[in-house]
Amino acid sequence: MAAVKFEQAMARLEAIVGELEKSDLPLDESLKIFEEGIRLSKNCLKILEEAEHKVEVLVQDKNGKKRIHAYSPDDADDEPSP
Amino acid sequence: MTGLLRTSIEEQFSDIYLEGELSNLRAPGSGHVYCTLKDKTSQIRAVLFRSSAMRLRFALQEGMQVVVRGRLTVYEPRGEYQIVLDTVEPKGVGALQIAFEQLKERLATEGLFDEDRKRSIPAFPRTVGVVTSLSGAAIRDILAVLRRRWPTIHILIAPVQVQGESAGRQIAKALADLNEWGSVDVIIVGRGGGSLEDLWSFNEEIVVRAIAASHVPVVSAVGHEIDITLADFVADLRAPTPSAAAEAVVPVLAEIVERLRELTVRTGQMMLRHCAFERQRLEAGIRGVADIRFRLQEAAQRTDDTVDRLREMVQQLLTFGRERVREAQRDLSGLNPILTIKQGLATVPQFSKRLEGQMGVTLAQHHHRIHALLAQLNSLSPLAILGRGYSILQTVPAGKILRQANDVEVGQKLEAQLAIGRLSCMVTHVFDDATV
Repeated sequence: MAAVKFEQAMARLEAIVGELEKSDLPLDESLKIFEEGIRLSKNCLKILEEAEHKVEVLVQDKNGKKRIHAYSPDDADDEPSP
Repeated sequence: MTGLLRTSIEEQFSDIYLEGELSNLRAPGSGHVYCTLKDKTSQIRAVLFRSSAMRLRFALQEGMQVVVRGRLTVYEPRGEYQIVLDTVEPKGVGALQIAFEQLKERLATEGLFDEDRKRSIPAFPRTVGVVTSLSGAAIRDILAVLRRRWPTIHILIAPVQVQGESAGRQIAKALADLNEWGSVDVIIVGRGGGSLEDLWSFNEEIVVRAIAASHVPVVSAVGHEIDITLADFVADLRAPTPSAAAEAVVPVLAEIVERLRELTVRTGQMMLRHCAFERQRLEAGIRGVADIRFRLQEAAQRTDDTVDRLREMVQQLLTFGRERVREAQRDLSGLNPILTIKQGLATVPQFSKRLEGQMGVTLAQHHHRIHALLAQLNSLSPLAILGRGYSILQTVPAGKILRQANDVEVGQKLEAQLAIGRLSCMVTHVFDDATV
């Protein structure tokens, strides 16, 4: 699941920054996780950019088959009622 | 006719007691309270006028079981009969409330509400499932909040009725459908505010069990903050309102992007810092090596110098030593005591012989000279001259011996030394010519 992937990637990125900040790693180790961090950061950004706003409705047709179709609420842009 | 009925009814039911459950409670601005009083088989409209309502010591609530006292009347514009309440007393709790408590206890015993059953809500859902009515305020609130916080979120709505006979079954099925669909990360299930009866579907066992059975984490959002349903107990997270549920399931995208940016920047910064640190260490190392080489060279040079100087010193010491030995030999040869003693012994008899000869001559010479000196002394004695008639003049009191007449002036006292005795004189006249 992309959501889990993103969550894990962010967590790993945080961990990498923490590791780098402790700076008790040898240089080659640092470089390795640094590259990993940059890769993760790019992936995360890609996931965020790829996502597309969609509002859909899950319905069932007469044969009991599930379908989804786009939903455009006529009043969705109104102020939320209290 | 209505008027007749009214008179009749008012006369017959002027003071009655009723027991029932409060429902459809409404309190408009006028201060009057309207409601329906019901039991299992029947219901009656009721009104509590402002003056009576203000005397109540508790707040009237939906579903509340009450005992009332009042009088019957007919509301002529609608032709409905109603009871005008005088007093309202609570009686235990309402039937729905009792049903709620009973089901709650049963499900709790089954462990459905246990904390360790609850799944964690994903931090970054991609698809949010929503189980609610398409016509309510809840769906609008949820869509607005989701869109505002995470503009690219994917929302999948499973539309259901949220009140009425079939609502519970529909909600349970929608939850199962969204689970079956597969790509949903989190589900919001709920509706806007309403009466206890309106919210009742969310207390139904079928709904509670469907939430418990969901593999996808479920956030409940039923009514307002004060409304608590069994769906709230079983859900993985209870949100007080539909808007709050939407806020709970998605973070603010802008903040996440900023966080990601910050992490990326910090990663770069840390790496740069590490590199700079390692570079400094390397440079220090290189300096250290250069330093050691320089010191080695220096030490070698110093060693060379020292060896040279040592060699020179040894040479000097040797030369000096040799010379001293030579000198000492020389001195030693000149200082042979036997030689000195021999020389001394040879000199002694010579000296004694010379001493003896010299003594005789010297004695005779001294004898002779003493005689001559005596004669000379005799002739030079002033006394001898005075004996020949000369005298010596001396000034008084200076005692200066006079040799010239003009050494004195008239009136100077003089003393004349004669061969025998002295004279005291006074100068009466001075003749300074040389001829006498």
